[in-house]
Amino acid sequence: MYPDWIDIGLVRDVPFRGSRVVTTGKGDIAVFKAHDGQIFALWDRCPHKGGPLSQGIVIGHSVTCPLHNWVVALDTGEVKGPDKGCARKVALLIEDGRIYMAAAALQWNAA
Amino acid sequence: MAPKLVVIGNGMAPGRMLEHLFELAPGSHDVTIFNAEPRVNYNRLMLSPVLSGEKTYEDIITHGDDWYAQNSVTLHKGKKIAKIDRAAKTVTAEDGTEAAYDKLVIATGSSPFIIPIPGKDLPGVVTYRDLDDVEKMLAAAQLGGSAVVIGGGLLGLEAAAGLHARGMDVTILHLMPTLMERQLDPAAAHLLQQAIEKRGMKVRLKANTHAIVGDGKVEGVQLDDGTLLPASLVVMAVGIRPASALAKDAGIEVNRGILANDQLMTSDPDVFALGECVEHRTGIYGLVAPLYEMARTIAEVLAGQAAAYSGSVMSTKLKVTGIDLYSGGDFAEAQDREEIVLRDASRGVYKRLVIKDNKIIGIVMYGDTSDGPWFFDKLKKGEDISEQREMLIFGQAYAGGTPLDPTAAVAALPPDAEICGCNGICKSKITDAITAKKLTTIDEVRAHTKASASCGSCTGLVEKILVLSLGDRYSPNAIQPMCTCTDLGHGEVRRLIVAKGLKNIQELMQQLEWKTSCGCAKCRPALNYYMVSNWPAEYVDDNQSRFINERVHANIQKDGTFSVVPRMWGGMTSAKELRAIADVADKFAIPAVKVTGGQRIDLLGVKKEDLPAVWSDLNAAGMVSGAAYAKGLRTVKTCVGTDWCRFGTQDSTGLGIKLEKFMWGSWTPAKLKMAVSGCPRNCAEATCKDIGVICVDSGYDIHFAGAAGLDIKGTQVLTHVNTEEGALEMIVALTQLYREQGYYLERIYKWAARVGIESIRQNIVGDAAKRKAFFEKFAFSQKFAQIDPWRLRASGHEAHEFMPMRAFPKRIAAE
Repeated sequence: MYPDWIDIGLVRDVPFRGSRVVTTGKGDIAVFKAHDGQIFALWDRCPHKGGPLSQGIVIGHSVTCPLHNWVVALDTGEVKGPDKGCARKVALLIEDGRIYMAAAALQWNAA
Repeated sequence: MAPKLVVIGNGMAPGRMLEHLFELAPGSHDVTIFNAEPRVNYNRLMLSPVLSGEKTYEDIITHGDDWYAQNSVTLHKGKKIAKIDRAAKTVTAEDGTEAAYDKLVIATGSSPFIIPIPGKDLPGVVTYRDLDDVEKMLAAAQLGGSAVVIGGGLLGLEAAAGLHARGMDVTILHLMPTLMERQLDPAAAHLLQQAIEKRGMKVRLKANTHAIVGDGKVEGVQLDDGTLLPASLVVMAVGIRPASALAKDAGIEVNRGILANDQLMTSDPDVFALGECVEHRTGIYGLVAPLYEMARTIAEVLAGQAAAYSGSVMSTKLKVTGIDLYSGGDFAEAQDREEIVLRDASRGVYKRLVIKDNKIIGIVMYGDTSDGPWFFDKLKKGEDISEQREMLIFGQAYAGGTPLDPTAAVAALPPDAEICGCNGICKSKITDAITAKKLTTIDEVRAHTKASASCGSCTGLVEKILVLSLGDRYSPNAIQPMCTCTDLGHGEVRRLIVAKGLKNIQELMQQLEWKTSCGCAKCRPALNYYMVSNWPAEYVDDNQSRFINERVHANIQKDGTFSVVPRMWGGMTSAKELRAIADVADKFAIPAVKVTGGQRIDLLGVKKEDLPAVWSDLNAAGMVSGAAYAKGLRTVKTCVGTDWCRFGTQDSTGLGIKLEKFMWGSWTPAKLKMAVSGCPRNCAEATCKDIGVICVDSGYDIHFAGAAGLDIKGTQVLTHVNTEEGALEMIVALTQLYREQGYYLERIYKWAARVGIESIRQNIVGDAAKRKAFFEKFAFSQKFAQIDPWRLRASGHEAHEFMPMRAFPKRIAAE
């Protein structure tokens, strides 16, 4: 139905202020749901030392990396505060309670 | 002859459009309206007051029959248009009435969304859109009984309040974790929920409706978790969908709504779309202000003027008498935004402005909304607020004034002004005591006057009086705020939780006037611990306020894998346990197995998705979580004691096992490590632990406040006891005192240095009754804490934590 979008699951399956992971051959993608129900997706690697962002505490629209407490904005992937860096963002489409991921994400870096 | 204008729909938007048109160009069009409802035009926003009984239908009519007559408008009441023929330029109603048009305005509005669940068509299930719905609800309310409202948004809450006012017993079901999440942040939503519950309505959040049940008519609502709520009326208010079918059938371009350009023109230049059925620049609007803006645009275009609609920012007010809330714009938290929060706990007020690039972009207000439109005006105009920033949140009355000096305000108070309400202490009493007794600290003022000694909400005022009296001689030193969300320190927060009986985090943030809407990664885990330790029976642990290790009951490693440490009571294990560990290591290809410093075995490098299966196998061999991740009881290290050692004086292994079996599962401010040595040679190294026992011939020396981490510190002796039971009671009571007084992440040695060893001795050693009471409190909370988190999760609890939501095999991903 949407050639460019891949169904990855239901919005209600992601916990509020939490996340779920989508595994791919290129690494994991973290899918977050904020307190207000908004959904975001980032590649699951903190720009600092590669910590799994999916395992961090979600406050508002940002997540705190579990390894060294870097704070990453969910909407852009950018690191907040004095630290610099950017986690890679994954485009999403939300429709009728389902989450679709940009198919392009799976081709990322593909040879 | 004037061109023929036909309007499909007679809601508020077309009513407003025609008013404008008649003003701008009277007589320019020959107007015909088709209304599917058998009525004249009424104010749909006022349905809620009609439902609650505060207004009648007659009160809310906006355009009566005479208005149509005066303006020579032909109104077809109760005629629903079935077909638009764009080639012939005619519309036809269901009853065959036909009308020709030169220009057509489609204003079909929206239809309520019906959740596709069993029972949705039963009599007694209604939506909340028009007067017919209200009449059905009123009829049901006359019979009394219970109503369930599905949807905790604007409409749902208004429906609920109306039915409640009509005497029904109302339960509101809402899918999201907070009410009105599109219009309110969690802090304001919490206040709203409190107000609603105080009125006697029930609210169930995160409630998934499974089915509506009943034989021939509604009898109840069944939730996904199996709960059955009896109800004779069910109101579905879960959202609306633009009514675009008519346009679509006529070949007009439609997406979610009828697509319209900035002139509200559809893909057919002679057909306009207006109101809730419109999709304009991807936006769909359900509130009245944007619809009025659209109405004005169409009127201007029809009158031959240049006009364009460029979308709207919206503001919301809830029309429930006595509940004051206001929101507007975009108030989500994001990286490039700041927030200004003002809370007034005594008045139940919460105000939050979201600022971006020195402009207001979002507003949420609860309790006092008088400045809402003033802020919203600045938002719409994109006004630069950097000049007024300091005073902005105080609203229009303070605009342009010099920033208030809070100390000056206290200086201006008369001597007989009451400062401490709990103890009835006025200002002069405090200033007199400061002068007469040469007081210099808050604690001294508390000791001598009792001011701020009870609930503590006046601490800030007392502090300012100290500043006024002492000037530079007063150094507020000491109080280190918990985080940037508050000026209160951990100690104050802990005291106030007990004094004010604060039992959930949102309630605490409002009562203690938190400066952010939802806290931060620093305060949330601390508050969660304080709640768990103070209210073990009532508080529901907030998993999402915990760090990952405590959330998944394993320790995250630098590569994102986890380590798993099963408990070995007192450091004892068996061939059976070792075999199970070896089997698990093989089965899950666990790369590293290491003996820890706490006399147990660590399995390192476990993949997250394997955790439940690993735990299940360990559980099967009788092992439970070692809590090696927890701010809670970790290990009780022991030596072999009298069982084997020729020097052993007591059964140190036995005591260690008893301690660990009694205390496992408990949460403490920071990790708690213990040890029991069977003789003063101290092979279990008990004298550098948080709590240690050295067995001697005459009994047990209880040590505490040691450290062997960032700091190295030998323990202090708390006391000596003669029996094993005595040792257990002493240690448990000490732990409970630490649980109640310790600041989050503060180890025992730091706590002891802060409160003083003597005060601890007085509580635990000197007073047998107090010690017993602390022991009992610990024992009580263990009823809720001693549940093996591994067993829960191995049996499927929170399975979502461990399973990817979707896995793409490498092959596909590489294509």
